[in-house]
Amino acid sequence: MNLQVDLCEENSVQHFKVVGEIDAFTAPVLREKLAEHPVQEGMKAEIDLSDVEYMDSTGLGVFVGYFKQVKENGGHVKITGLSPRLKRLFDITGLVEVMDIEGQQEGKGGFNDATV
Amino acid sequence: MMQPYDYVEIRVPAKAQYVGVARLTISGLASRLGFTYDDIEDMKIASSEAITNAVQHAYKDGEEGEVVVGCALYEDRMEIMVADHGQSFDFEETKKSVGPYHDHEEGMFLREGGLGLYLIETLMDEIKIHHDEGVTVFMTKYLGGEQVEKDVETVSS
Repeated sequence: MNLQVDLCEENSVQHFKVVGEIDAFTAPVLREKLAEHPVQEGMKAEIDLSDVEYMDSTGLGVFVGYFKQVKENGGHVKITGLSPRLKRLFDITGLVEVMDIEGQQEGKGGFNDATV
Repeated sequence: MMQPYDYVEIRVPAKAQYVGVARLTISGLASRLGFTYDDIEDMKIASSEAITNAVQHAYKDGEEGEVVVGCALYEDRMEIMVADHGQSFDFEETKKSVGPYHDHEEGMFLREGGLGLYLIETLMDEIKIHHDEGVTVFMTKYLGGEQVEKDVETVSS
């Protein structure tokens, strides 16, 4: 099982692209990869999860930790490309209220909520 | 009268790299029973949460244990039991932290173990936890979801 994280900067926004499965084994890898780019004052980060096939609470824990850290530094984290499955995780944990998240389709309201 | 069932048990070392292996097995068994894609995904997350709890506790204690995952396949449901013999997470402590994020404030105090247990409760139809010699999490998913959400709140020790 693998997890790959790529980082590129575009218009001073840090884009993280996560590919693979996020669980107890790979979550520490994800945490390390996110930490490779130090959190700076007013930092803007975007995390693309469109190629994440599986995630559980270990992944949510990493994203919440990162979200807190960036927010404390006056920055902003946006999570994008959520499949209906992943979106559901953010919904049922209430994180959807706290964090800035976006589904697979461009913009809001594009979800097929059949799975909820 | 007891319903007939097939029983499959796997034992994996209490190490994080085996959580995915156990998850794949459960996914295969659930698919065998004819669960829908979404139900299978729910069961994958719920069982991974239970196994992760067991693994993390073993790791914290520096023990080299095993996690036992037992699956009972009935005509109308699948029961999954996850036992971490010997090691255990503090159930009472974990139970206290069970629940969704209600607001911004609460979101700031994430407790990972509690979130895992909350997900199991939400994604499965029934969950029971025995705190005896170690912790055993026992969860059930019904085919077709006929008994879904009758008693989502149930956690018994």
